[in-house]
Amino acid sequence: MDWLSYLNPLMQGAWVTIRLALYSTLLGGMFSFLFGIGRLSGSAPCRWASIAMIEIFRGTSLLVQLFWLFFALPVLGQALGLDLRLPPVVAGTLALSLNIGAYGAEVVRGALQAVPHSQHEAAKALDFTPRQILWRISIPQAVPEMMPSFSNLAIQNLKDTALVSLIGLGDLAFQAERVRNFTQDSVGVYTLLLLMYFGMALVLAGLLRLMETRVGRWRARGI
Amino acid sequence: MLFGIEWNTANDWVFAWSILPILLRGLIVTIEATLLGFVVGAALGLVLAALKSVRFRLISWPARVFTEFLRDTPLLVQLFFLYYVLPEYGLVLPAFLTGALALGVQYSAYMSEVYRAGLESITRGQVEAARALDISPLRIFTVVILPQAIPRIIPALGNYLVSIMKDVPVLSVVSILELLNVARIIGDRSFNYMVPLTLVGVLYLILTLVASAGVRYLDEHLPKRGIPLH
Repeated sequence: MDWLSYLNPLMQGAWVTIRLALYSTLLGGMFSFLFGIGRLSGSAPCRWASIAMIEIFRGTSLLVQLFWLFFALPVLGQALGLDLRLPPVVAGTLALSLNIGAYGAEVVRGALQAVPHSQHEAAKALDFTPRQILWRISIPQAVPEMMPSFSNLAIQNLKDTALVSLIGLGDLAFQAERVRNFTQDSVGVYTLLLLMYFGMALVLAGLLRLMETRVGRWRARGI
Repeated sequence: MLFGIEWNTANDWVFAWSILPILLRGLIVTIEATLLGFVVGAALGLVLAALKSVRFRLISWPARVFTEFLRDTPLLVQLFFLYYVLPEYGLVLPAFLTGALALGVQYSAYMSEVYRAGLESITRGQVEAARALDISPLRIFTVVILPQAIPRIIPALGNYLVSIMKDVPVLSVVSILELLNVARIIGDRSFNYMVPLTLVGVLYLILTLVASAGVRYLDEHLPKRGIPLH
């Protein structure tokens, strides 16, 4: 079969997938820190809200979250008199990033808690404010510890982007489905599709490894 | 109406109550797919782990690359591949079996790492000590390594059981009537997506909380120093 003719639509889809993975990973990283720090916060409402978000998005299936945001939220909005209809791109990015954010929050929490307590005491003795302790003492030391887990989550997220094709977003999996319907060449299209996802994951893994070594320099040495 | 059960759309609460029995039918399919996927994954994972630990590079290398490949490609695409490609080679499976197979194939990659980590967590010193006592390699494996590895492997596999459960909704794309698909059909027919989809979320939350508690219980109560196998 003429594999080259598949490449054009598949490349278009791959570009959508790459952008979606990028946005949702970045947004998911932000959610991770938001929920992760929120969970350790001193204020109870903040802590409980974070725990609720983490449990909801870790405890349910990503596809359920995606469908809920895409199909159910507009109905809820209607009941409240709001227009909560999300375009597929927004629903997809939001579901992916909230999901990855909930998993990432546990990573952030674990890494922050792993910073030795003596560091907090030393910082407090030097009259640092809690905010300064968080941003200047805890987080810089915690980030290198988070990196390997974040890398796994980012690759997981890249794979999960395939699910947005189910709400009609034209990503790689969606385009492949179209090409297959058109050509009926399941073997060729799906083999190519698997290899493309594999290739993207390998490139992403390589980039993340570079980032890990860069961030590794922040690690506190020899105390 | 679905599965011969009518629903009542008087208000959201009545509607929720009336579709609950229908959703529970879907839930049963979800649980069945989870268990079957888990069994397939655990078995295939064991094969992959064994192949990867072979000294002979010509066998261990392809196994390693294949594991990486399975881990780095989406379940959805693997499912499509199995669903559309297997029949072309004359292997026609019911959708449910194809779905469970796809779950198993994807998770076998993760599970093979669990086995490897569990086996490698037994310190080399123990193996060397056993060898110094002239215990045969087979007996070292079954009497020294395995009893200590199993309590470390089981909780990790349990976590993947929970993950598999959360991935089952993907199987709805090959028209398996699992929980999410049932909820969508109810939504399509009643024009109310919010109630069924929210119920699915709640059911999932209950299921994963219970399953996670079970895994934690196992983790705490399995004898850390090893299960005597005889």
